[in-house]
Amino acid sequence: MGNLYDLFKQDNRFHEAMKACMNCGICTAICPAAEFFDYDPRRICDTVQRKDENAIEALMRSETIWSCGQCMSCKARCPRGNAPGEIILILRKYAQELGYYNEHIHEQQKRMAAHQGRNILDIGYCIHPDRVHPEQHPEQGPIWEWYTKHIADVAPKLGANYHGEGPGALRKIHQKNLEEIRKIYEVTGGLAWHEKLTEEPYKPSTPEP
Amino acid sequence: MTKRFWNEYQKEIADDHFFYERSCIRQTFFPGSENAFLRMMREVLHKDIRDEENQHTCTGIGYHSDIVPLETTMTVVARLFALMTEAGYTNYVPSCVTSFGIFTEMVEMWKNDPELLAKTRENLKKATGREFEIPTNLVHPSDIIYKFREELKQHMKYQLVNRFTGKPLRVVEHVGCHYAKIFPEKGIGKSEFPYVLAGMIESWGGEVVDYPERRHCCGFGFRHYLLQENRGYSIANSKKKFDSMEPYEPDFIVSNCPGCSMFMDKWQYTIAEMENKTYDHDGYGIPVLTYEEMAGLLLGYDPWELGLQIHQVQSEKLMDKIGIKYDPDAKYRGVNGKILPTPNKPTFLKQ
Repeated sequence: MGNLYDLFKQDNRFHEAMKACMNCGICTAICPAAEFFDYDPRRICDTVQRKDENAIEALMRSETIWSCGQCMSCKARCPRGNAPGEIILILRKYAQELGYYNEHIHEQQKRMAAHQGRNILDIGYCIHPDRVHPEQHPEQGPIWEWYTKHIADVAPKLGANYHGEGPGALRKIHQKNLEEIRKIYEVTGGLAWHEKLTEEPYKPSTPEP
Repeated sequence: MTKRFWNEYQKEIADDHFFYERSCIRQTFFPGSENAFLRMMREVLHKDIRDEENQHTCTGIGYHSDIVPLETTMTVVARLFALMTEAGYTNYVPSCVTSFGIFTEMVEMWKNDPELLAKTRENLKKATGREFEIPTNLVHPSDIIYKFREELKQHMKYQLVNRFTGKPLRVVEHVGCHYAKIFPEKGIGKSEFPYVLAGMIESWGGEVVDYPERRHCCGFGFRHYLLQENRGYSIANSKKKFDSMEPYEPDFIVSNCPGCSMFMDKWQYTIAEMENKTYDHDGYGIPVLTYEEMAGLLLGYDPWELGLQIHQVQSEKLMDKIGIKYDPDAKYRGVNGKILPTPNKPTFLKQ
């Protein structure tokens, strides 16, 4: 592998996300993920800005980068304008591209791509009540079970246009729109990314000695 | 005069002619809130707002879950802007806070990198034949309700006041992280002292609860909720907030973010199931409202058309405190009054 830091610089977000970390640790103090996981955004920033290729590669191969919840509280608080949460997006992108993730993360990404990723391409929604199944969402409680069972009767009362023609909440998104979304995916690499996540078997990429 | 930090930053919010973009999460969990927003805009404030049938997801949830590349999300955003442009609008209003963050981020990236903007235009043209303009005004619907809060107040039948004690209701406001944490200057009052919801609460007679974890994330976490085995992160963060707000005895929670509104409702049910713990005195939980539900109730909208019956924490006790009239028999009826079976009851959370 070549220079990972130079690779990151090719991402349009990197120069805004990684400016100059002074290791103050405010990001870690405010970070919800740091409270519940072995995760430290200050160390993420520091590891990346030190440009130590081995340390960056080890970071990318760890599960640490998958702990961030993307709330971006770190961005709001950083006195130097860094955005550790954005750096995470870049690290995750290249970790997936280079196969620097373990089988567990590979399976999780595959599952989300097959579910929420598929939703976008199939129906034009990231999530939709028809696809939030109560048995997979026990935390949604008995009300959700009731609502999804009677949605055809309840949603119109709430002003929704459930599977209907024309505008409104939960309207049917027409094929012409779905075709344009798919074409955008084709042109911008989204479809190749989706197919990589959903179809490629796990191939461990071992670190160079 | 008392120093008010929120007053140091106010954003520009257009006056009329908006292009509305719906939210996947809100259409799923709060369709009544989107409907109430459009009703308030058209019937109360007499504003022009377009509800475009050809719109679709912004892909934001997929983007923050690392299953949709930046370039793809950026071009999907461009298509939505093209729909706005073709319809003759320049003021863009995304219903979702995640979308608001996504759109703001894409616009900022284009402003900083004209080559990227040119590439996006090329991608959109190649994929769809469409062209787009960047909105001149990009605001969240809660910004608009905030801007016109005094005008709305003139039409309100109720106030955020406990009719039994005459005291203001104590309200926890939760501002979605992506409203102002990514781009603080894009939120009313910036990220540390956001005033978008507090302004509504104070104008409409309530009192804002200032508690230690007021700015803490609800815990959505994108991949942490989407993956069932990761949901411990999500509930743990909401629990941290509930534990922090409990001593202040809030009458209800209000949020401007679809995910936060849903999670803070449903995690109260889950915590009750797991630990027989509720965060109020009587075992009913703390009702969680969207800002449209709060405004709609005060305007006298039917709570069952707003969708309060599809929350897991029920709101009758709150409505009784305010003095809002409602028909209990209509709660579990469908459209045209169709009688439906009642939902099962939770083990501990009273309904």
